[in-house]
Amino acid sequence: MPTLGSAMKITLNVNGEARSLDVDPRVALLDALRTHLDLTGSKKGCDHGQCGACTVLVNGRRINSCLTLAVMHEGDEITTIEGLGEPGSLSPLQKSFVKHDGYQCGYCTPGQIMSAKGMIAEFNMGWPSNVTDDLGTAPDFTEAEIKERMSGNLCRCSAYPGICHAIREAAPDEGTIEEAAE
Amino acid sequence: MTEHLKMDKVQPRLLDETGQGVISTPMPRPEGPLKVSGRATYAAEWKAENMAQGFMVRAGIPKGSYKIDADSVKDMPGFLGVYSDHMVRNSAQGTMNTNPVQLEHEIQYLGQPIAVVVAETFEQARHIAESLKVDYTRDDDVAGDFDAVTDWKEGSSQDQGDLDDAIAKAAFAVDSTYTTPPHNSAAMEPHAALASWDGDKVTVRASLQMLGYNRNEIADSLGIDAANVRLLSPYVGGGFGSKLGIDPASVSAAVASRHLGRPVRVVLHRNNVFEMINLRTQTRQRVRLAADSNGKMTAVGHENWQTNLPDEPFAEPVDTATHFLYGGENRRYGQYTAVLNRSASGSVRAPGEAVGMLALENAVDELAEVAGIDPVEFRLRNIPDTHPENGNAYSSRSLAQCLEEGAEKFGWSQRKSPKERREGEWFIGMGVASAARTNILMESKARVTLNPDGTALVETDMTDIGTGTYAILGQIAAEMLGLPTDKVTVELGDTDLPTASGSGGSWGASSSGSSVFLGAKAIRAKIADRLGCSPEELRLQDGVATGGNNRRPLTELLEGPISEEGHIEPGDQDVAQAGFGAHFAEVAVNSVTGEVRVRRMLASMAAGRILNAKTAQSQVWGGQIWGIGSALTEEIQHDRRTGHIVNNDLAEYHVPVNLDVPDLQVHFVDERDDYANPIQSKGIGELGLSGAGAAVTNAIYNACGVRVYDYPATPDKIFPHL
Repeated sequence: MPTLGSAMKITLNVNGEARSLDVDPRVALLDALRTHLDLTGSKKGCDHGQCGACTVLVNGRRINSCLTLAVMHEGDEITTIEGLGEPGSLSPLQKSFVKHDGYQCGYCTPGQIMSAKGMIAEFNMGWPSNVTDDLGTAPDFTEAEIKERMSGNLCRCSAYPGICHAIREAAPDEGTIEEAAE
Repeated sequence: MTEHLKMDKVQPRLLDETGQGVISTPMPRPEGPLKVSGRATYAAEWKAENMAQGFMVRAGIPKGSYKIDADSVKDMPGFLGVYSDHMVRNSAQGTMNTNPVQLEHEIQYLGQPIAVVVAETFEQARHIAESLKVDYTRDDDVAGDFDAVTDWKEGSSQDQGDLDDAIAKAAFAVDSTYTTPPHNSAAMEPHAALASWDGDKVTVRASLQMLGYNRNEIADSLGIDAANVRLLSPYVGGGFGSKLGIDPASVSAAVASRHLGRPVRVVLHRNNVFEMINLRTQTRQRVRLAADSNGKMTAVGHENWQTNLPDEPFAEPVDTATHFLYGGENRRYGQYTAVLNRSASGSVRAPGEAVGMLALENAVDELAEVAGIDPVEFRLRNIPDTHPENGNAYSSRSLAQCLEEGAEKFGWSQRKSPKERREGEWFIGMGVASAARTNILMESKARVTLNPDGTALVETDMTDIGTGTYAILGQIAAEMLGLPTDKVTVELGDTDLPTASGSGGSWGASSSGSSVFLGAKAIRAKIADRLGCSPEELRLQDGVATGGNNRRPLTELLEGPISEEGHIEPGDQDVAQAGFGAHFAEVAVNSVTGEVRVRRMLASMAAGRILNAKTAQSQVWGGQIWGIGSALTEEIQHDRRTGHIVNNDLAEYHVPVNLDVPDLQVHFVDERDDYANPIQSKGIGELGLSGAGAAVTNAIYNACGVRVYDYPATPDKIFPHL
C-alpha cells in the first residue's frame, strides 16, 4: 500500500485523449479533472453525491465524479462537458439548453447536460424508472420520465421547466431515441 | 464625460421610441455557449502560479473559546500554515460596506469558522484540517431553541387607529399564528476565493454579488485601504442573498496569502456553506385581520418574532408588503428579536416578503373564507386607492389586472369547495395569493463605448448571478445605439470598472440598466450633434444614424471611439413603489398519506418594462419553484440543545427537484413605471417568490380542508386532520 499522500501513476482516457497523471490516491475523479487536468467544466457543488453538478460519463454511464477516486479509473473512457462541444460547435443538447434557457447561473448546467446525455442512453436501453407504470414494455419518453430521471441534478436557480423543454427538443438529435424504438 | 441622473421626477419613455427592436425580446443569454460547454470560469476554477490550497476549520462546540494547536499538525505532509487572525464570524450582510463581526478566540455557534489550514494540495489541507487539535473551553449556557426564548426584545413597532377595537366590532375577523423555519440560499456554487498579493495590493477572485460593497468589506476586514483591493467575479454560480456580503473564504484566502506570500485558494465545503453563511431566520408571525359585512378590510395586524447572533445588524423585514398591499384604517405592526447560538440570520431571496407573505396571504385566504367571498374577489375589493398609512399614490400597480387576467388564464372559475374535487385517492384544490415586492433603485455606474467599427462595449463591476445581466445590459446598449446585439460586448464583475449597484434586492437590472441607458444616451447626443440634428430627431438602427434629413452609417460618422459614463442615483419621490402580481396553484393532496403534489402553477406578474422576456420568465420560474420549496419541503432544523444545524447538506435540506415541479405558466401584464427609473422597469426576481408558497398552501386547504400553520406543509401535518 502506498504511504499517505504519495502519488500513483494512472492514465485516464478523457474526451478521447489519453491523459497520464501522478495523483494522490485521495484525489476524487472530479478533482483530478478540475485541478489536475484543468477541465473545470465539471462542477463541485456538494462533494457528497447529493447535487449532481459533477456528473460525467464513465464508459458511457453517468456517475457523480465526486464520489469516486481517480485511481479507480485506470483506462476508463471519461466524457466531460468539454468533450461534447465548444462555443461555435455545440452539441444538440448544449444548443437546446441555450435556446430554452435551461439554466440561469450556469453552475449546475454541465452536470445537467451530461446527466441528460446519460439519461437518454439509459432510456433507450429500456431501463425503467420509478415512474414507469409497466416494467414489461419500453418506457415512453414522457415529461414525468424525464423529470424523474433528472431529479438527481439539483438546480437552485430552478430552471427545471427550461431544462425539460431543452431535453425534449434535443433528444431526437442526440441520435438514440429512434434506435431504441426500432 | 458622465451623464448623471438623480431620479427625482418621471422620465420620458425613450426605449419606446428607439427603433432597433431588441429590448424586451427573449434574446438567449450571450454567455450561454460558455456556460453549456463548461468554459465559463467560476471563482474556484482560476489558478495562480505557486498556488496553495486552504480548507476551513469549523467550531466543534456551540459556545466558548478556543486555542489552535498548530504543532499537532505541523509535520503532516504538505502543511504550510494554520491561521485564525481576522477571521470573520459569518458572512457580511447585504450593503453592509464594513467588516462583519470578527472573532479570533470566541465561539458563538457550532460550525463557526475558527481557522483556515493551508497546504500544498486540497487533499492535504482537508486532511490536516480534520486532524487539527483544537483546545476548547466550553460555555454550557447555550441558547439553541427558538421555542424556549422568553426574553424577546421589542424592535420596531407601528400603530394606526385601534386594532383591537376594530376587530371587536368587525363582521369577520381572523387571528392566526404561523411559523416558518429557517431557509438556506443553497446556491449551487459554494463560496470560493483565490487571493494573491502584489506588494500591498490584493486581488481576490471570489463569488460575490455586490463588488462595490464587497471591496470595502474585504478592506475593512483586513485593515487595509479599499484602493488596494481588486475583486473579480465575472461568473457567480447563484447567490440568492448568500453572496451579498463577503464570506469566510474570501477573507481567509486573503489572510493566508498575506502570511505565506503566495496565492491561496479557499473553497467552502457544502457543510461550511450551510453553517457559516447567513440563513433566513426562523419566524413566528401573528396576523390579525378584520373586515366589515361587505368584505372590506378594516384592520391589519402583523407581528413577528425572529432571532440572530449577537451584534448582527439585520432583522428580516417580515411585514414589508403588509404595509401597502391591502386597505384598512386600523393597523399594528411589531417586531421582536432574540439572540441565539445559531448560524447568523441574513438576507435570503426576498427577505421579508418571502416568509411575511406566506402568513399574510394565508390569513387573507382565511378571512375571505369566513366572509364567504371568493378569495380573488376578496383581494380585488381590498386594493386601496392610496398607501393606507402615508396616503402616497402608487407609482404603478397592476394588481387587479394580474388577479383578473391570472384567474381567467388559470381557469379559476372551476375551483370547488374543500374535498369536493377528488381523483382516485387524491383531493384536488386551487389556491391564489397576491404577490408584492418593494421596488428599489440604487446608485450605479457604467461606461459605454461606441467604436467606429460599429461595435460597442459596456463596462461595469455589476455581476450576473444567473439573473441575465449580460443579456439585459447588452440589449439596452444595442437598443439605444441602434446596433444588433451581437455587436455589443458586456464586461462585468471587475472592481476596476465603474461601480455598479450589485445584484441584490431585485434592483440590479433596473439600476445597472439605467446607468447603461444614461451612458448610451450621452453617446446619442454626440451622434446627433455630428449629424446636425437634435437628440429627439435622431434615429439609430442597424448601425445607421438618421436625423435632420441626414442619413449616415456610424462607421462614417465616427472618427474615434465615443466613451461615456452613465450614473444613476435614486431621488426623492412621494410615491409607493412596488412590483405586483398574483400566484395561482393547483395541488393534489393524498387522502391517505397527506402527501402534496403541485400539479400546475401560474404567475401573473407586473414589473414595469420587461427587459428580456426569456430571462424574466426564468426568474419567475425560479420564484414559483422557491415557493414550492418553502411551502412543502425546505426547513433548516436546529438541534434544540446546541443550536447546530442538523441537516447541513443538500441531501437533508430539501430544495425542490425536477420531479417536484410541474409545468409552470408565466404571464406578464404590460406595464411601465415612470417613477422607477429612466427605463421604466421594476425588479422581478423576488416578486416571483413573494406569495408563491401561500398560493400552494391555500390550494392545500381548498383541496382537503386542512390549514397548515407550521411551515413546511409536510404530510405529518396534514394526514392527521383529513
